[in-house]
Amino acid sequence: MSSTWEIVIGMEVHVQPRTRSKMFCGCAIGELGDPPNTHVCEVCLGLPGVLPVPNKAAVEACLKTALALGCEIPRHTKFDRKNYMYPDLPKGYQISQYDLPMSVNGHLEVGGHKVRIRRVHLEEDTGKLVHAGDKLHKAWESYVDLNRAGVPLMEIVTEPDIRSADQARDYAMELRTLLRTIGASEADMEKGQLRAEPNVSIRRQGSEELGVKTELKNINSFRALHRAILFEVDRHRQVLESGGTVVQETRGWSEAEQRTFSQRSKELAEDYRYFPEPDIPPLELDPPWIERLREALPEMPAPRRERLVRAHGLPASDVAVIGADRELADLFEGAVATGAAAKQVANWIVGEVAPTGKLPSAANLGELVKLVTDGSITRDQGREVLAESVETGRTPAEIVAEHGFQQVSDESELRVLAQAVIDANPKAAADFRGGKKQAMQALMAELRKRAPQANPRAANEVLIRLLS
Amino acid sequence: MLARLGIEPGDEAYYAEQLSGILEHIDRLQQLDTEHIPPTAQVVEVASRLREDEPRPSLTQEEALANAPAAVNGFFRVPSIQEET
Repeated sequence: MSSTWEIVIGMEVHVQPRTRSKMFCGCAIGELGDPPNTHVCEVCLGLPGVLPVPNKAAVEACLKTALALGCEIPRHTKFDRKNYMYPDLPKGYQISQYDLPMSVNGHLEVGGHKVRIRRVHLEEDTGKLVHAGDKLHKAWESYVDLNRAGVPLMEIVTEPDIRSADQARDYAMELRTLLRTIGASEADMEKGQLRAEPNVSIRRQGSEELGVKTELKNINSFRALHRAILFEVDRHRQVLESGGTVVQETRGWSEAEQRTFSQRSKELAEDYRYFPEPDIPPLELDPPWIERLREALPEMPAPRRERLVRAHGLPASDVAVIGADRELADLFEGAVATGAAAKQVANWIVGEVAPTGKLPSAANLGELVKLVTDGSITRDQGREVLAESVETGRTPAEIVAEHGFQQVSDESELRVLAQAVIDANPKAAADFRGGKKQAMQALMAELRKRAPQANPRAANEVLIRLLS
Repeated sequence: MLARLGIEPGDEAYYAEQLSGILEHIDRLQQLDTEHIPPTAQVVEVASRLREDEPRPSLTQEEALANAPAAVNGFFRVPSIQEET
């Protein structure tokens, strides 16, 4: 029975563009945990008589995002006032964009599926409310911090083209990769720089009509996005299959309870009384300006991933890591350009670099991989050299020389070492002689503890020879 | 709720008449045929005024809260916000 339903999801994603100052005033963008109301001024407090002036970097980040999503950029755009009364909004309205957004009609491809982008526009964030008391309905009063009020936000809205929770999560992840690639945003979900709000509905398979949707908020990770949608789809299904109707509303995701709960009913269409922002002149989006921004865009993540496969023969698992981050992809291609083997470079990036998030220079990584590949140093030594190279910026060759890291492959030196290990571990040696092959592991571990610089393969051969 | 106007007792009739007059005037304006006239968003002849992304000093917390009817620990204090249903 449940297989007869189709899931329909549209996404609204708010992204904080990478700027140093707010959208309409010169207040700095604060950090989480800054003292309240310390990044505010007359403009973002909404005091009378002030004039908001749009931030050029925010406008350009929005235009670059729109171009990267293949959107059409109109010649003219303007800001509008969206009116509503809430204490996190000191002016009584939010400056947003209504009927002439900065861009329309783009798309983003996610796993071979095309998600159409309806619009990308620019607006401002609101302040933060803290409620006294443990539950909202018992609160006696609320406290307002306006540090976030006026922080720039891009709103990226899709058509209802997403058909599963997996696809919704992949869309958000691909969007994050794209935003980071073009430098429009750091798009860190945990810091609230990327907030995904899915609109979820279901309908009978084959139906053309959209079901009643609910909008999900308070989602702080890709995992939460996935789970919230799965929960909500299931809830809709149960409501509809038991003969009920889904109420159109905003629902919050509770990470603690792993469920959604009703926040705000949207049965009455809200009337925001939009009108043009009289304090901000319209923006002329000059074609030469737009063309300059378009030409400055780097290669997009999807074609780059294809190239990583085509040019270097990387497996999908490596591309998933390296292709998701422009800095890692740059590092990979830079290191390979020094002549290091592509698959080895990929292994080092996936296994050692990506987990730490600390990147060496491409030249240093290339050199390191070559030192390990040609047997000059061991893999373990290589890890140490990498960490030190990242820390100090010095080249692997310098570090190897200074530490005297040279892989010892000299037969006579290894024989002395191996004999000492055998003498110190008579039981393991006897076990190996008696046919217990796995006893070699203990002997090798002991040998590498005593002499990390020993070439493991050569040392292993010497041990076997001495024991037979 | 669209506005919170403080009106002295006794002035209600005076304001009611003024507000009705304004609404009647708007009704008259709406009879005009504006079919082929592009909407006017701005009456000033400037466009594309942008500022460079350079932070400037903000107010101090004390200055920011100076006009607040109530403040607690650096926050503005407001009445409990319950959903009006």
